[in-house]
Amino acid sequence: MKIHEYQAKEILRKYGVTTPRGIPCFTVDEAVKAAAQLGGKVWVVKAQIHAGGRGKGGGVKVAKSPDEVKSYAGSILGMQLKTHQTGPEGQKVRRLLIEEGADIRKELYVGMVIDRGSQRVVLMASSEGGMDIEEVAAKTPEKIHKVAINPVNGLTDAEADDVARKIGVPAASLPQARALLQALYKAFDDTDASLAEINPLILTGNGKVVALDAKIDFDGNALFRHPDLVALRDLDEEDPAEVEASKHDLNYIQLDGNIGCLVNGAGLAMASMDIIKLYGGNPANFLDVGGSATAEKVTEAFKIMLRNPELKAILVNIFGGIMKCDVIAEGVVAAARQVSLNVPLVVRLEGTNVDLGKKILANSGLPIISANNMADAAQKVVAAAQGKKAGGGAKPKAKPKAKAKAKAKAKVKVKAKPKTKAKAANRKRVVTKKKSSARSKAAAKGKAVRSVRKKKAVARKRTKRAAK
Amino acid sequence: MSILIDKNTRVMTQGITGKTGQFHTKTGKEYANGKNCYVAGVTPKKGGQSYEGIPIFDTVKEAKDATGANVSVIYVPPPYAAAAIEEAVDADLDLVICITEGIPVRDMVRLKYKMEQQHSRTVLVGPNCPGVITPDEIKIGIMPGHIHKKGPIGVVSRSGTLTYEAVGQLMELGLGQSSCVGIGGDPVNGLKHIDVMKMFNEDPQTEAVIMVGEIGGSNEEECARWVKANMKKPVIGFIAGVTAPPGKRMGHAGAIISGGKGTAAEKLAVMEECGIKTTKNPAEMGKLLKSVLR
Repeated sequence: MKIHEYQAKEILRKYGVTTPRGIPCFTVDEAVKAAAQLGGKVWVVKAQIHAGGRGKGGGVKVAKSPDEVKSYAGSILGMQLKTHQTGPEGQKVRRLLIEEGADIRKELYVGMVIDRGSQRVVLMASSEGGMDIEEVAAKTPEKIHKVAINPVNGLTDAEADDVARKIGVPAASLPQARALLQALYKAFDDTDASLAEINPLILTGNGKVVALDAKIDFDGNALFRHPDLVALRDLDEEDPAEVEASKHDLNYIQLDGNIGCLVNGAGLAMASMDIIKLYGGNPANFLDVGGSATAEKVTEAFKIMLRNPELKAILVNIFGGIMKCDVIAEGVVAAARQVSLNVPLVVRLEGTNVDLGKKILANSGLPIISANNMADAAQKVVAAAQGKKAGGGAKPKAKPKAKAKAKAKAKVKVKAKPKTKAKAANRKRVVTKKKSSARSKAAAKGKAVRSVRKKKAVARKRTKRAAK
Repeated sequence: MSILIDKNTRVMTQGITGKTGQFHTKTGKEYANGKNCYVAGVTPKKGGQSYEGIPIFDTVKEAKDATGANVSVIYVPPPYAAAAIEEAVDADLDLVICITEGIPVRDMVRLKYKMEQQHSRTVLVGPNCPGVITPDEIKIGIMPGHIHKKGPIGVVSRSGTLTYEAVGQLMELGLGQSSCVGIGGDPVNGLKHIDVMKMFNEDPQTEAVIMVGEIGGSNEEECARWVKANMKKPVIGFIAGVTAPPGKRMGHAGAIISGGKGTAAEKLAVMEECGIKTTKNPAEMGKLLKSVLR
């Protein structure tokens, strides 16, 4: 779970970390008042969204008068802030943090993560703090100093001092830096964090060590023991489809393709996305329904996928273990009936009670395209999304052709893998362009479909009334 | 032969009075030699009761002493699961297989540190894993037993259903398995790919191995480098998540590309470099394995 910068700073302050004084605000008026309350001559207006790179995106401004605070607050609040972490559509800014200005002598970086290699929390620190830390990590990894922290003893004085020295903290500021690093670990450990970052950590003109920014992510598995942290969740910052999914205990992540995927198990769900792409399609989502999906859960999953106006087809890929195929088949049939499915549905069932499951689908009378294995399913759903009727049963002769085509495509794709980074970048750019035009078309179509649906609904109501 | 477990393994179920624990203990007991293998259950304060004829004890130590069980499988809910593993480690069992999904990472960090400090000889598989099966002998975990058959192929995977998928493809080609090990999708866990690979290398029944990985971390790369230097048997691999966007957690706590690390492309490249044939098509794992069989 992610939280805002101002919330992370509040937590860190409780542990004794020095931060600039600041006040969170929701309106321009509040921002102006906050500046007056803070006093001084320089303020920083900071957009509060759950993504990094805000400064580069224009979401952080230094104001030198109350008027500037007002004008920056006005322009930042409500803007679609685009950073490398938000995606091309950006994230709407709904909250601001107004802070007192700081006298920055030097910008450092400190962070903590759970490290799979050492199986511990690792402190990372660098003298090269600021906006380009990711580049520093990639190009000059020797400038990042690491300490794997002993979970029983915590970060020792010696370890903290050593790291602080390595990143250029002067001797006079060492005690402060040590206290800050140890406080950061204590906060990390106490809150079951999965990531904590202070970037930049600054040295001020008078030798103070101050957290100018702060980011903390929490381990979702541990939230049950932190109700106070759960209260900090900001649903506005999350994808509405993902929020809805989480309510139903579904593991859903929105992607930018047009083929919906409903799969049991995270690994198989990722593999299903991969194979769709391999056969020339584009997954619209990651969705793991888990091992204990009920008919209700499957129905909710369908509803969430169908909210996506770009959706052109759905693939259900289930390898039943604990989950019985007949149960999932009943779920699929019930869901398809309830949500008035308007896109082709390809279902591949395997595992426990598979024959029973297939029978239920076949007897349902629904236009479900059945697939024999993962490759068959991927080919059929990609064809369906492209508006071709492969495997629909209508044209059996067309089937092998479509298959061969898809296979050839897949082969070409694999071979056509770009060899240089420049090429890859080029290709990416092209893809983005294509996507955006495809998106607007899809959106237009979505509207059309919806209006047709509305008309149909109205017609249905009329016939009902007539029947009465 | 096989790895980790066989028909002589004696298992206790920790969390045997819960719904999940009961269900999978029952199916485990009904599988192959399961009737002889499942000998005990553990649930605090329920000692003296029994389930399906299996005696229940208050503690792991009592269960071990009374029945000789040397392996434990854990279905305890997430808040208490790490403590359950710890109890099994303290009782010096040979093997602990933790199925539980959703254990806080902090709990696992502390547990792993303790095991390291104690030089514990207990082998941990999981958490958040489907378990281990040695087909036609014993099944410990939540995988469907009936899709397996005894044979020469070893399977090691971070994912549950994707393991079943690999097994399903092997069976289509008439290839059985020596053992299938799900190591789980959590970032801090027990056995890694490399540990299981070493076991398959030493196992006379295993002739080739399928290694199924996921985005995140670098365990697959470490394993691949070991394979290049030491492995006597052919290995093929698949990595799930080629299409996963960076920064998004794909279901498993460990399946995330962060800081540009842990991408599928990187893993596949290292594996190929190390002589592991890989496929980008999850539907062709079985076929690829068959092509490398000697």
